[in-house]
Amino acid sequence: MKRSGLLAFLIILVAIIFISRLFYLQLINNSYTTPTLNSSAVKVTYDYPERGYVYDRKGTLLVANQLSYDIMIIPREVKPLDTLEFCDLLKITKEDFIKKYTRAKTYSPRIPSTFVAQVSKSDYAYLQEKMHKFKGFFIQKRSLREYPIKSAPNVLGYISEVNESMILKNPYYQLGELIGTAGIEKTYEETLRGTKGVKHIQRDRFNREIGPYKGGIYDTLPVPGNDLFLTIDSKLQKYGEDLMVNKRGGIVAIEPSTGEILALISMPTYDPNLMVGRERSKIFSQLYLDTIRNPLLDRGLKGEYPPGSPFKVITALAALQEKVITETSTIKCINNKYHYGNRTMACHCNTFGSPVALNKAIYRSCNSYFSNAYRKTIEKYPTPEEGMNVWSSHVKSFGLGNYLNNDLSVGSKGLVPDGNLYNKWYPNVGWSATYSISNAIGQGEVLTTPIQLANMTAAVANRGYYFTPHIVKKIEGQEIDEKFTIPKHTSIDEKYFEPVIEGLFNVFENPRGTAHWSKVKGIEICGKTGTAENPHGQDHSIFIAFAPKDNPKIAIAVFVENGYWGSRWAGPIASLMIEKYLKGGTSTPWKEQAMFNGSLEDEYNKQLIEETPQIEK
Amino acid sequence: MRSRKTNIFYGIDWILVLFYFVLIFFGWINIYSATATDESLDLFNFSTEYGKQLIWICLSFPLILLILLFEAKFYEKYASLIYIVCLFSLAGLFVFGKNINGATSWYDFGGFSLQPSEFAKAAVALAIAKLVSEKQFNLNKLNNQAQALIILFIPAVLITFQPDPGSALVYSAFVFVLYREGLPFYYITIGFIAAFLFVATLYFGFLYSILGSIGLFLLVLLYFIYYRNKAFKKGWVKIVGIYLISALFIFSVDFVFNNVFEQRHRDRFNILLGKTVDVKSIGYNTNQSVITIASGGMTGRGFLEGERTQGNFVPENQTDYIFTIVGEEWGFIGSLTVILVFVFFLLRILQIAERQKSKFSRVYGYSIAAIFFTHFTINIGMVIGILPTIGIPLPFFSYGGSALWGFTVLLFLFIRLDANRSYEW
Repeated sequence: MKRSGLLAFLIILVAIIFISRLFYLQLINNSYTTPTLNSSAVKVTYDYPERGYVYDRKGTLLVANQLSYDIMIIPREVKPLDTLEFCDLLKITKEDFIKKYTRAKTYSPRIPSTFVAQVSKSDYAYLQEKMHKFKGFFIQKRSLREYPIKSAPNVLGYISEVNESMILKNPYYQLGELIGTAGIEKTYEETLRGTKGVKHIQRDRFNREIGPYKGGIYDTLPVPGNDLFLTIDSKLQKYGEDLMVNKRGGIVAIEPSTGEILALISMPTYDPNLMVGRERSKIFSQLYLDTIRNPLLDRGLKGEYPPGSPFKVITALAALQEKVITETSTIKCINNKYHYGNRTMACHCNTFGSPVALNKAIYRSCNSYFSNAYRKTIEKYPTPEEGMNVWSSHVKSFGLGNYLNNDLSVGSKGLVPDGNLYNKWYPNVGWSATYSISNAIGQGEVLTTPIQLANMTAAVANRGYYFTPHIVKKIEGQEIDEKFTIPKHTSIDEKYFEPVIEGLFNVFENPRGTAHWSKVKGIEICGKTGTAENPHGQDHSIFIAFAPKDNPKIAIAVFVENGYWGSRWAGPIASLMIEKYLKGGTSTPWKEQAMFNGSLEDEYNKQLIEETPQIEK
Repeated sequence: MRSRKTNIFYGIDWILVLFYFVLIFFGWINIYSATATDESLDLFNFSTEYGKQLIWICLSFPLILLILLFEAKFYEKYASLIYIVCLFSLAGLFVFGKNINGATSWYDFGGFSLQPSEFAKAAVALAIAKLVSEKQFNLNKLNNQAQALIILFIPAVLITFQPDPGSALVYSAFVFVLYREGLPFYYITIGFIAAFLFVATLYFGFLYSILGSIGLFLLVLLYFIYYRNKAFKKGWVKIVGIYLISALFIFSVDFVFNNVFEQRHRDRFNILLGKTVDVKSIGYNTNQSVITIASGGMTGRGFLEGERTQGNFVPENQTDYIFTIVGEEWGFIGSLTVILVFVFFLLRILQIAERQKSKFSRVYGYSIAAIFFTHFTINIGMVIGILPTIGIPLPFFSYGGSALWGFTVLLFLFIRLDANRSYEW
């Protein structure tokens, strides 16, 4: 090599090494390149707006806020500290400290995460004095929920800390923040939450804050959450919960003229205030793991039950619409049995062979009458499949067999069978109406939830249409969704409702009506008892009702699990609820007391004892 | 020749002058970014570092004129004198010097300070050029090698004891100059072996290095004995000698590292060799500078937009770490440009040096190319995390009046010498 070439060679070699290194650092290796706003040079702080309040339809406060203090941590800024003193102040053990520290560090060493959530006010006072000693920790004020009325946890829901899968789905949230995870807190999360404000603060290398980042152009102000006004009548809600004490089941009351849900009761229930505070996770798992009482299951929305006799109303309306029966056509019940094919069904209406017309069939709840109507409806068409589909579409027009598509966080479809279902079930034999005759009386394959049944009742009360049941009446500064204000019409003509409603009226008015015992003086109630057989034990006690008969104000469905028969529990509870809503009190306090004190716990315990040995067999 | 008398700019290489202004300008832009705050936006603000630097830049123009005013011959003639004055100024620091950041490297003149070691480079380069260009001088002769070594050694030692070992290290650049002028190649080889042994000793420790070298030595011996190599009879003394020198070197590296170096020097090597991982205190600078450069990406954050620059995450980012600003605010494109500008600048100096008729000018040109190259390599190598932390400035970029003037003198002396290449010699 020429001597003069060495230095030139080295210059070029060094340049190539430098360029390669820069190429690697700046273009390939991403571990150093952090997004602008997340780098350690910029500290991000949040201003959490106050979550919106929740009121009932009359303006009674249901959900408010209380202040809480979270201890936050930025792991990379933590300096060695007196852990003993710190743990003592926070009332945690050293093991907890290590666990929480590792968790926060794994999540992110530079993004703040919650170290200890919801410190009490008295602990906060001590902590505030000493906080300067613990670098990397700071206190963040946050508001917690507070429930002045211990009622309706299933409606109100609760908020909880976001988990990591939620963060991945929605980048708005960060570890340790709160999100509505049930009830209206979930469905109206964005309304209630508002929008948190963000502040970007530029820091120098000593982590000293040297002012807003780029003059604050990325900063936003918090937008406070909006208040919600629910359709719930908190007095009626609380009353219903009291009536249902020691019983399991659901009650749904709807205002037929608007579809507003007046009460949505699920029993057993719990105090919503339990879902707040440091003990929350312990209590939550207790409730969550209680698979026997299942207090977190909203039975009013999710409980799928066979509807039983109230379903006969739909059977009758479908038959009237299909003109296979008339108001006056009758049927006889021979030997108190209804004969179909080779089988029989108990009539249950004690008419001893005298002909039964629609009105009486309803108030005596005649199985044979409705079985016959169902059969005629289906057999009107050339194939049972077609007949079944026609019947099915009539039933579904009442909002049964599908989600109601409303503003509640959970729901169930229920089940309304159609021709396809039976084609699948009986692929090789020709099936006929008699295969599914139990559907006529709400047993068979039909399953409904209490809210569907209440909505069906509202549709009957309105003589042929309903509004999708919803829980929010008014949002501060916002219109409610228009899908709740447009009536949905059933496939039954208005004229066919009157005779059926007359029958429902006689359930109370006629001395032989199945709910005559529950009649309330001065209120024209129309209703229908139900007693649904079920595989789990004692029959369910079911009742639907609306009142007054003309211009109805309330439609209600009551399910009491294993409540023997309709008029034993569900009937009185329904009539007491109606009276409470329309009159503000009861005229029969003894009946009210009987409901308050009545308990089905023995019945439920019986199931436990009976079912356990079966498993061991 | 006539025009030479009236025009001091006659014959100067405008390409180098252009490079000079480009580097100065872009350097100042980055100093501005490093030191400008929201309150002070006045360019000639004496209280800010960018303001001071601008004054230094402006004052460098009369300095350039002054350099160009003298004949090339003047510099050759008085090279020895300049060198001696420079040695006195370095020595004088031990009496009159002002201590800044632990090093007594400055003379304080009331309002401003000067750092003689920055000017010493030019003096040493002149002295070496003068020595090597003497007619009888032959770098194959041991006593001539020793003369050159002494010229380099005296200022290097004086600077080391300031203490400023980084600046002293720059004098190793002259090995390239001497090689160009006939120094045997094995000096370069020895240099590389020494560097290798140095790193190996620090990395593997004294004991393993000695054991390893003994093993290697035995293998070489076995090889010679096994093949009954004739060269062995003549060569074994050399081999044993080389081994003993290596062992002595390893021992002295270990000794110097552990007993002469201060802890901060040891830390710098340990971090680079991956023996210590601590990004908080001792490795902070390197870690921050690497992150800062990496955060620039392809196009950079933009002028005054680099948040790590504006947050002063990298200490000394207006002086030794100024390249981090280029990296963050101008990105890969900016860094690439700066490196390429330096490369072409250096190659241009070499090209001009090679075309000199006078040996003096050629050696001088080679010297400044080697000096700029060493600064460039050590500084950027350190900032991008592939060389240990050695605090020397990036020529024309780093903040500091003495450094700026020192480099200006270095360059324009050469431009002056080059302008006279075609006559007068």
